[in-house]
Amino acid sequence: MAERKVTVMAKVGLHARPAATFVQAAAKAPIDVTVAKTKGDPVNAKSILAVMALDVRQGEEIVIRAEGEGAEELVDELAAIASAP
Amino acid sequence: MSGGAAGRLTGLGVSPGVGYGPAYLFGGDVPEPPAGQRHAGEAGTERERAARALEAVAADLEARGERAGGEAGQVLAAQAMMARDPVLAADVAALIDAGTVAARAVFEAFGKYRDLLRAAGGYLGERAADLEDVRDRVVAFLTGHALPVLPVGAAEPYVLVARDLAPADTALLTREAVAGFVTEEGGPTSHTAILARAMGVPAVVALEGAAAIPAGARVLVDGSSGEVVVEPDDGTVARVTARARKRGTALVAAGPGRTLDGHPVPLLANVGGPGDVEAALAAGAEGVGLYRTEFLYLDRRAAPSEQEQEKAYREVLRAFPGRPVVVRTLDAGADKALAFLPPGREPNPALGQRGVRLSGRHPAVLAAQLRALAAAAAGTNARLQVMAPMVATVEEAEWFAAACRTAGLSSAGVMIEIPAAALRAADLAPAADFFSVGTNDLAQYAFAADRQVAALRALHDHWQPALLDLVALAMTGHDRPCGVCGEAAADPAMACVLAGLGAASLSAAPAALPAVRAALAAHTLEQCRTAARAARAAATAARARQAARRELPGLADLGL
Repeated sequence: MAERKVTVMAKVGLHARPAATFVQAAAKAPIDVTVAKTKGDPVNAKSILAVMALDVRQGEEIVIRAEGEGAEELVDELAAIASAP
Repeated sequence: MSGGAAGRLTGLGVSPGVGYGPAYLFGGDVPEPPAGQRHAGEAGTERERAARALEAVAADLEARGERAGGEAGQVLAAQAMMARDPVLAADVAALIDAGTVAARAVFEAFGKYRDLLRAAGGYLGERAADLEDVRDRVVAFLTGHALPVLPVGAAEPYVLVARDLAPADTALLTREAVAGFVTEEGGPTSHTAILARAMGVPAVVALEGAAAIPAGARVLVDGSSGEVVVEPDDGTVARVTARARKRGTALVAAGPGRTLDGHPVPLLANVGGPGDVEAALAAGAEGVGLYRTEFLYLDRRAAPSEQEQEKAYREVLRAFPGRPVVVRTLDAGADKALAFLPPGREPNPALGQRGVRLSGRHPAVLAAQLRALAAAAAGTNARLQVMAPMVATVEEAEWFAAACRTAGLSSAGVMIEIPAAALRAADLAPAADFFSVGTNDLAQYAFAADRQVAALRALHDHWQPALLDLVALAMTGHDRPCGVCGEAAADPAMACVLAGLGAASLSAAPAALPAVRAALAAHTLEQCRTAARAARAAATAARARQAARRELPGLADLGL
């Protein structure tokens, strides 16, 4: 299980373009990957609706988890997208 | 209004100009598939039908998005992702497995997310409308319900009347097909408003009574005043369309900005990078009044090299030989946080370390930018002027001027966007070669109203007399030229008022320059001064606007 904690830096939070980029990158991977707020339930990171409904705002911390081959690289890539300003 | 009788309605004008044509009523909601409706056949077949419908709608939205491009293209691409959402597909499949018919399953699966977004309100609430549009398209596909399609080539341009419009409906419309937009809902930043402005078609939104406009009725739309006249008499049509023609003629006129009596008010362009130069030149800009340099710094982990900066600056400077090009140094912080210049945790970023304050904390970043600017200017003969954002005190202005001198730059100015700077412009003058008023931030700080909060829009009305007082103060008590580069300069009536207050130049988005040029050319400097006095004598924004317009009779003639 690969796991990264990052703070979302984009002004719009994990919405609009950052959310689309995040979900597209997650959807490309052949393994399961989830995203959650620090104290919340994880949701499928490949679902734009679920990610939008998480309502992650600028400055909030999220946890990205993946399991399987390439999980480390995937969570790194997603963490970089989520923490980009 | 009844039986086609004349009716006069007033909404919010969000895209200027006058349009006249038959009303084309667009809408018709897709009916909700009845609850409890069950499929008769195989769950597997029904699941396949649902999957095909979702993919067909996704592909259609994607194709429309690619053709539309721009902001509408982004919205459509996001909508396509919603239709291809794996969690949604799983929810739909589970409902179908439990016996629910495909259309109802789609409706219910989307419903869960729609309710979540609606409950969140604000930005997410607006996205709920995008989601409903996707849902209706999929349901229509499954039930064989024809989605309303807008005619793209009608015999006569029509006035499109709707409750609200989705980007998927309107992204491919052209100004040859549409004479005007009228919607019952929406605001200045709704999809309809953005699209109408991009198309150059008049639009009135938030029009109460739009639903009662009969199909085919002749409708006159004035996107400047927000007025909509249903079945107008011949005299009204003649008067308003003549006004529109006159305006059309006035707007193609080129040449330098000047009042009717020849007082020069150079019209400059706001640009956000070399990509905007073409539009600026096409609009007849006499230079650049605000070159925003943030595009070089955003979305990157390290500061751009001096060589890369130099190239981007030179591209713009080269386009304006002998003309002023005013460059604003990096305005990071607040809504534009940079990875390599972290502002630190700030509860109120708009009141935090931003603009010149952040430059003061990272002087090496500013020094590199100033060196790159000096190097870029060395190869061209544009008149490079550099200004600092968010200056509040004389010390900051002096520090910035010294940094510019060190880099070999001859013209260092100060942006006036904090009330303190406006109040004390005369004290800042010895440390500034010129001033430029940024009306958007000046309004934000004068009214303690966050620019990002839509609910505070009224406080950002640039006709607020208190804002006009600050602009007037910024322009008096010193001999430095003071331009204006905010949204206010894009409003033709306000442009005349600013000229009357003594603005040395006006800088706005290229698309706004023709109307500003025409408004200035229709009035004398004395009329502009009288309008400025009238506006400042008023007690409210609405009255200030009215009072100024009364003194500027040429605006109505121009249809502005």
